[in-house]
Amino acid sequence: MRYVKYTRINAEQKKILDHSFKKRNMMDHQQEMEQRLWEYIDGICTAQERNTIAGLLKKDSVWHIKYEELLRLHALLNKEEPDAPSLRFTKNVMEEIAQHQVAPATRNYINKYVIRGIWAFFVAMMAGLIIYFIGQLHWDGNATGNLMPKLNLDANKLNWSRFLNNSYVNIFFGMNAILGLILIDKYMQGKKNKGNEGHWSKGDSA
Amino acid sequence: MIITGQPDKEIIFKVLKGDASSYALLVERYQNYVFTLVLRFTENREDAEELAQDVFVKAFRSLADFRGESKFSTWLFTITRTTCISFLRKKKLDIQSLDNERTGLQVENQESGFHANLIEQKSRHAMLNEAIAMLSTDDSQVLTLFYKGDQTLEEIGRIMRMEPNTVKVKLYRARQRLREKMLKYFAHEVREIHAD
Repeated sequence: MRYVKYTRINAEQKKILDHSFKKRNMMDHQQEMEQRLWEYIDGICTAQERNTIAGLLKKDSVWHIKYEELLRLHALLNKEEPDAPSLRFTKNVMEEIAQHQVAPATRNYINKYVIRGIWAFFVAMMAGLIIYFIGQLHWDGNATGNLMPKLNLDANKLNWSRFLNNSYVNIFFGMNAILGLILIDKYMQGKKNKGNEGHWSKGDSA
Repeated sequence: MIITGQPDKEIIFKVLKGDASSYALLVERYQNYVFTLVLRFTENREDAEELAQDVFVKAFRSLADFRGESKFSTWLFTITRTTCISFLRKKKLDIQSLDNERTGLQVENQESGFHANLIEQKSRHAMLNEAIAMLSTDDSQVLTLFYKGDQTLEEIGRIMRMEPNTVKVKLYRARQRLREKMLKYFAHEVREIHAD
């Protein structure tokens, strides 16, 4: 059990606490003011907020001074020019890309049918497993009111070789392998055709 | 960032049609921005130049993947960021620890050289660059993307994989920290700017 010890604070301590609360409040206010001013400067505040801040800038000198200060930094950052690489940079890049060619767009070879095929395969696998497990359930409708079916499944007793050596399973895997080979062949063929059709090479660009 | 001349999408179309030389226009247009952004990850100019080159080569190779749903610059800056992060990973540097070390180290260096340089007047550009270099990678990136890269909060969010609101808070804090650094280490220059 935890005991919380309450102690009475003296006037000096109260003064320090009050001061730190005031300081924290001022900091929060300052932060909020800066945040709102930056949004105003960046032009990302709402029209209503824009009008409110415009009014505050006219009336309140604290807001106006802060605004001027932030605006100076904003102008300085805006004026800033980016660094430049060496003069040979473009030439170097062009020399380098002469050894490469634009790769075919990913969307061309990641075919929708391939994605759908993979999706269908997994759905079929899940459905097969669910059907199998449902088949293993023993629906025992006894009078005790226990509605949960009995599951006659023991992982140790499960004869996996029965499934793996099953001719249907072998046919299923065989079909998948053939489909995979067909897809790879299609992809390679497409790539070859694209290369022949008109993707530029180093010689073409000259 | 003011873009004049042929629009990016037209140039990209030409490159995809086989006119690879048009890509030089894109490189010239964005090299300074990419280079500046890379410099936020690595201070070594040679490394930065090599990385920036790598960014343009990668962008060229995957140009067919650019769907035009965003600005080309947003797409390019995303590649820049991922390239820089993998570069740092390859160098087995933890970005976070790098941030802390870098800030600490630079502040130390800054302090030691500060008094020596007191008489020497720094240009505003150099002063601002030094102050930005003292910030963490994330802070300096947000500032660079917003001010130099001309990206909106949503676009920065897409580049940095953050919510626009998070970017807004990050931008606010980055500017706050930048102001603190400037006031602490470049008080003289800041006073001059205020006097203007």
